Amino acid sequence: MKVGLFIPCYVDQFYPNAGIATYQLLVKLGVDVTYPSGQTCCGQPMANSGFEHLTKDCNQLFVDNFAEFDYIVSPSGSCVLHIKDHLHTDKDEQKALVVRTKVYELVEFLVDILKVENLQSSFPHKVGLHQSCHGQRGLFLTQMTELVAPYFSKPQQLLSQVKGLELIELSRTDECCGFGGTFCVVEEAVSSKMGKDRVKDHLDHGAEYITGADMSCLMHMEGILKRENSKVKVLHIAEILNAE
Amino acid sequence: MTDEAIKTHPELSETFNQDEARVDWHDETLWWIRQKRDKSAHSIPEWEMLRETASQIKNNVLSDLGKYLVSFEEKALANGIIVHWAADAAEHNRIVHDILQKNGIGQMVKSKSMLTEECHLNEYLEQHGIDVIDSDLGERIVQLAKEPPSHIVLPCIHKKKEEIGELFYRHLGVPEGTSDPQILTEAARQHLRETFLTRKAALTGVNFAIAETGEFVVCTNEGNADMGAHLADVHIASMGMEKIIPERKHLGVFLRLLTRSATGQPITTYSSHFKKPRPGQEMHIIIVDNGRTIQMGRADFRASLKCIRCGACMNTCPVYRRSGGHSYHNAISGPIGAILAPNLDMKKYADLPFASTLCGSCSNVCPVKIDIHQQLYKWRQVIVKEGYADTSKKIGMQLMTFTLSSPVIYRTAGKAGRWFLKHVPFAVNNKFNPWYKHRDMPEAPEESFGEWYKRNVKQK
Repeated sequence: MKVGLFIPCYVDQFYPNAGIATYQLLVKLGVDVTYPSGQTCCGQPMANSGFEHLTKDCNQLFVDNFAEFDYIVSPSGSCVLHIKDHLHTDKDEQKALVVRTKVYELVEFLVDILKVENLQSSFPHKVGLHQSCHGQRGLFLTQMTELVAPYFSKPQQLLSQVKGLELIELSRTDECCGFGGTFCVVEEAVSSKMGKDRVKDHLDHGAEYITGADMSCLMHMEGILKRENSKVKVLHIAEILNAE
Repeated sequence: MTDEAIKTHPELSETFNQDEARVDWHDETLWWIRQKRDKSAHSIPEWEMLRETASQIKNNVLSDLGKYLVSFEEKALANGIIVHWAADAAEHNRIVHDILQKNGIGQMVKSKSMLTEECHLNEYLEQHGIDVIDSDLGERIVQLAKEPPSHIVLPCIHKKKEEIGELFYRHLGVPEGTSDPQILTEAARQHLRETFLTRKAALTGVNFAIAETGEFVVCTNEGNADMGAHLADVHIASMGMEKIIPERKHLGVFLRLLTRSATGQPITTYSSHFKKPRPGQEMHIIIVDNGRTIQMGRADFRASLKCIRCGACMNTCPVYRRSGGHSYHNAISGPIGAILAPNLDMKKYADLPFASTLCGSCSNVCPVKIDIHQQLYKWRQVIVKEGYADTSKKIGMQLMTFTLSSPVIYRTAGKAGRWFLKHVPFAVNNKFNPWYKHRDMPEAPEESFGEWYKRNVKQK
C-alpha cells in the first residue's frame, strides 16, 4: 500500500508539527508514506470564494502529484472534502475522478482503512474535541446532531484509545467555529464572534487542550485563545494520537 | 430604511455585533428553538424517512408544476373560488388593490404571508390609501415598529419583551414599563379583536394548495387567519406557485414535518382547510410567480422552490443567530433567503451567499432536504462569473492562484510570509488586517513541513 501524504498549504507553512505528527504516526503504523514535494494547495480558498474557475492549475498539480498512489491521506477534513467534491482537470478527467475516490482524511483513514484499534499513545490531559463541519457533515466523521440516526464518532473512537486522555463534554457538540476560509475576513464580525463562543464552550468545561481533525478551525480558535491570553492550547488530533 | 438597503451583510452584522450581550441573547433564543426542534424530531423514529418522502413529493411537484397548477385552478374554480395569476410582485399588488376597490373596501386585515412581504404589499396598499393591519402577533409588533420581519416564522424574534412593552405603551395604551408577556398578549388580543370584527376584507397566506381538490391549507398558531377570513366578506389568499402538493393525503407528511421543524411543536394549533366561499362571501386566490419560473430554469437552484418556510435553517444557522435577520436585507433571511434572493436581484444580493461558513447544518435540518449549503457554494461561482465580486477580492484571488499554481513560487512565498510574520509582525498585526481585529496571527515556525521532510526523510 503506497500512501501519498497531502499536507495542505497553511499546515505546511504554519503548522508543520501537525504534518510531522501525521507522517510519524503513519510510519509508526507501518504505512509506506511519501510526501510529494511538488504539491501546493487543493484550491479550496479560491473555490469557496466563488473563483472555482481559477483552480485549474492547482487541480492539475494535485493530480500530477498524487495520481500514482493507492491512497492519499491528509490531516485536514476540509481540504479532503474539497478534493472529493470538486477535483477536475481538463487534461485527464478520468484520472481526477479516480484521485477523488482515493483521498482520505487522516482519522477516516486510520479508522476505516487501517482499522486501528490499539494505539500506543498517551496524553494525560482534559481535551475538548472540535467537530469541524466539513469533516463531520461532509466526510461523516461523526454523526450529526441534526439527524435522527445512531451516534458514532471516528475521532472519538481514536481518542478513546489514548491513555490518560479525558474527553470533556460540550454544550454544543457540533457548532461551527466560524472560520469558513475567506469568511473569516469578509465576515469578520460574525466569524470572530462564532470563534469566541466556540472557545468559551471548551473553556467553560475545563479543557486544557482543544483538538480536532482540521487545523484551520484550530488556527481560528488559537487566534482567539491567544488574544484572550488563555493558557489553553490547540493541537491537531494527529499530535495527540502520536503523543507518547 | 433606504440607507440600510444598500448596506451589505458584513456591514449590517458588524453593527448588530456591537452589542455583544444582545447577540448572545439572540443566539441563545434561537438555539433554544433549534433544541426544541431536535427533541421533537428525535421523538419520531421515522423522521428521516418523512424528510425523504417530503423531498420526493416536492421533487415530483416541481417536475410537473404546470399540470398540478392547472388541476388546482380547475378544482378551485369549480369550488367557486376566483383564481388570479400574477407574473410578478407588481401584478400581485395590483390584483389585491383591484379586489378591494371593486368591493369598496379601505381597510384590510392580513395574517402572516411571507409572499406579501416579498411583494411589499403593505407599502403599496398604504400608498393607495388602504389601511392594513397585520394580525399575526409578531407581525403586528414589527408593523408597529415600522420594521420588516427578521425571521419568517418568528417575525419579531429580534425584539425583547421590554421593547415590545414600549411599543404597546406608545401604540396600544398599556401602562409604561409593562413587559409581562401575558399582559402584552392580552392587550394585542383586545386590539386585534376590534380589527377582526370591523374589517370587510382579509388576506391570508397559503401553506399548501392541493391540486387534487382545489383547497388550500393555512397554518397558524394564533388562529388569526381564521378569525380574519371567517368574519370578512372578501377572503384573498396569496400563494407562491410552488405551494402545490398533489393530493390531500400528502398533508400527512408535511403537517408532521412543518411545525416540528419550525418550533418543535407536533403541529400548528390551527391547520385550516379553505375549500369554497361561504354563502355571500367572495374567495380569491392569487397564484404568484415573481421569479419562480426563472429559478425553476436554474438547474442548480430549482430545489430551493421545495421550501415550506419552516425557518429551521435560520434557527440552526450559526451565522444567522449572530447576525440577526435584518442583516440579510431581504424579506426572507437566513440560509434559505440567501439562495432565493440572488435569483430576484443578483447584484443587490451578491453578498448573501457569502454570509455562510458552508457548515451544512441548514441542509441537515431542512424538512424537504434542500441542499442549501451546496447551493450557497454554487451561487458564489455564479456571482463571481457574472461579475458581481468586488475588485480587491478578484485581485487577491488571482494573486493567490498565481502563488498556489507553482510549487516554486509557493515555497518562496511561504518562506517570505513566515519570515515577515516572525521579523516584521506589525506588517500584519494592524488594523488593516481583519483577522487581527479579534484574533492573533499564528506563530511563524522556523521551517515548513516541506523543509522538515527534506531534512529528515531519506528521499526514495
